[in-house]
Amino acid sequence: MSRLLLKDVRPYGEGDPVDVLVVGEAIAEIGANLEVDADEIVHAGGAVLLPGFVDLHTHLREPGREDAETVETGSAAAALGGYTAVFAMANTDPVADNAVIVEHVWRRGREVGLVDVHPVGAVTVGLKGEKLAELGTMRRSAAEVRIFSDDGHCVHDPLIMRRALEYTKSFGGVVAQHAEEPRLTVGAQAHEGANAARLGLAGWPAPAEEAIVARDCLLAGHTGGTLHICHVSTSGTADILRWWKSRKTAGSVSAEVTPHHLLLTDDRLETYDPVNKVNPPLRTDADVMALREALADGTVDCVATDHAPHAAQDKDCEWAAAKPGMLGLQTALGIVVRTMVRPGLLDWRGVARVMSERPAEIAGLADQGRPVAAGEPANLVLVDPDAEWTVRGAELASLGENSPFDGMQLPGRVVATLLRGRLTAHEGKVRR
Amino acid sequence: MRHLLSTEGLDAATATSVLDTADTLKQTLLGREVKKLPTLRGRTVVTLFYENSTRTRVSFEVAGKWMSADVINVSASSSSVNKGESLRDTALTLAAAGADCVIMRHPASGAAHRLAGWLDEVGTQVVNAGDGMHEHPTQALLDAATLRERLGELAGRRIAIVGDLLHSRVARSNVHLLRTLGAEVVLVAPPTLVPAGADQWGAEVRHDLDPELPKLDAVMMLRVQAERMHGGFFPSAREYSIAYGLNQARLDKLPEHAVVLHPGPMLRGMEIAPAVADSPRAAITQQVSNGVHVRMAVLYHLLAGEELSA
Ligand SMILES: [Zn+2]
Repeated sequence: MSRLLLKDVRPYGEGDPVDVLVVGEAIAEIGANLEVDADEIVHAGGAVLLPGFVDLHTHLREPGREDAETVETGSAAAALGGYTAVFAMANTDPVADNAVIVEHVWRRGREVGLVDVHPVGAVTVGLKGEKLAELGTMRRSAAEVRIFSDDGHCVHDPLIMRRALEYTKSFGGVVAQHAEEPRLTVGAQAHEGANAARLGLAGWPAPAEEAIVARDCLLAGHTGGTLHICHVSTSGTADILRWWKSRKTAGSVSAEVTPHHLLLTDDRLETYDPVNKVNPPLRTDADVMALREALADGTVDCVATDHAPHAAQDKDCEWAAAKPGMLGLQTALGIVVRTMVRPGLLDWRGVARVMSERPAEIAGLADQGRPVAAGEPANLVLVDPDAEWTVRGAELASLGENSPFDGMQLPGRVVATLLRGRLTAHEGKVRR
Repeated sequence: MRHLLSTEGLDAATATSVLDTADTLKQTLLGREVKKLPTLRGRTVVTLFYENSTRTRVSFEVAGKWMSADVINVSASSSSVNKGESLRDTALTLAAAGADCVIMRHPASGAAHRLAGWLDEVGTQVVNAGDGMHEHPTQALLDAATLRERLGELAGRRIAIVGDLLHSRVARSNVHLLRTLGAEVVLVAPPTLVPAGADQWGAEVRHDLDPELPKLDAVMMLRVQAERMHGGFFPSAREYSIAYGLNQARLDKLPEHAVVLHPGPMLRGMEIAPAVADSPRAAITQQVSNGVHVRMAVLYHLLAGEELSA
């Protein structure tokens, strides 16, 4: 079995540096100055060691738009970003609403081998919101689908949503909702507020998200189903989640926030550069502050990237014609450090909670988000907490270059990522 | 001026200078049989319209021709764009073919800003002839020219903009320009047609037209698009007309000197009573003729570069 020694690491950023010996797929030993033989030694210089990150919300674009991203390029971006598991959204072409497609994506992930790729299955056939997809069949497929989502679209029919929550209960499925009341967002181009009004962009009002979140919380409580709210973007949604979680009721509700909603506001609309176009849209400073607080206090469970690569022609156009979405996998940690760690809202244990442990729990992954301890699976990420680096969109591993963080300086850099004991990324390079 | 994309951010000195140039051009051409100045000879101006608007396109075309520019009209329907060439490629093609200035109307807000971004490197200039619900700066300039002719200086004047503020690029451009020129602006519309955040435009927002009328120096009626009448923004054309239409009784409440403007095309009977539109208080045909002079002035400032000495 391979032996990898991580020298001078600080698990969760706490205490004096220790050495971590990884043998095969697991952590074998943790201690000061381990005197052991190893096939490879990584000198970490006191870097923070955390469980590998888990992204509940990734768009890998395969099948259908391999010019924007593939399982391979997306996996590379994930490994470089410190991820050991990602959930590939179902809005591919063809849609991942059946066992054949989810198994294809899952198999491609295994072949590439840089990160565990878990396909998300569509809730409804063709994402149309009309008829439940074969959820149980996808669950029983080799891909063992656990999370179902029509992301990109809201499951807006309350009866279909109720049925999805009820039906998935029998096999422990999670319904991940893209909360957007479509009648309130017809033609919407940006957050409904002063900036959109001034710039002549049709508004996406906050209640279009909040109304669906409130409704679905009630449905989850009523059915006992398991609901996950994708990309929470408004302070009102945080209030609703706080209210729901304060009640003792059946069902389960979790929620995610994206790095970009923790940092960027609709002030970015000014240039009409579609790199800033995303759904749900960038909102106000007050929303950003409320989301940081909600993530810090656990109202919002975790960070998910909504990594959404696009081909150049789908962004280098008029705002209205541009596809929504931005890259996220390689910049997520830096933004979490900048918005949560540096201001003192989260410590490194908190980072492990929101980027690894909670997402793994929500998704029901047994071998991810585990403690950094002997005997545990070696799905790990090493972070240099003091490094500052400048994002270069064109240098990111994704095929798309649509990063709104291009040119931005971010703190916190991924030094290495380990998937089941094997280095998948080290010092900015993918290891195969 | 590098481009003319919006009136937001257009400073008072530049705006006034364009209006003064328009004035000078108007006086110069007054009574001339052949309305042709050599100023832009050899320059190529392209009108690129992704939305039909005969009135605006012709106004720009006449403006260009009166200054001896070569004017080429390109009309591109949005559907042909969806099928094929991107706006970026169209823009670069026009620039490569030697366009000095592209005048574009486009259904997407911000399209002119994007166009200017792509054309900046090659030095082609852009005039926004209306982008989605965003701005229509030459309309605001011609409205200001008309108001200056009727009222003199605009500083301290009180001007109402009435109607569909939500979808109106004319309203946005006018709010910015009129305020820059020192006028007070009051926006009047049902709440459904007031965009979120309009209260931050530095204009008062009102929902009741009648109490405003005696205080106004000018009232600018906006076009209500027929297709929106059934969009639930207000219950019926009749109710809209009763609450916000400019009829004879409302005209009588305006001060003697007050001016009525409408960017056209008008929905007679609904937004404005025919007798009001045709009354001497209305400056609607004057707006159209000023449109040519203002657009000449804009092309002059963009392409000839220096100030016109009066
Ligand atoms: Zn979504």
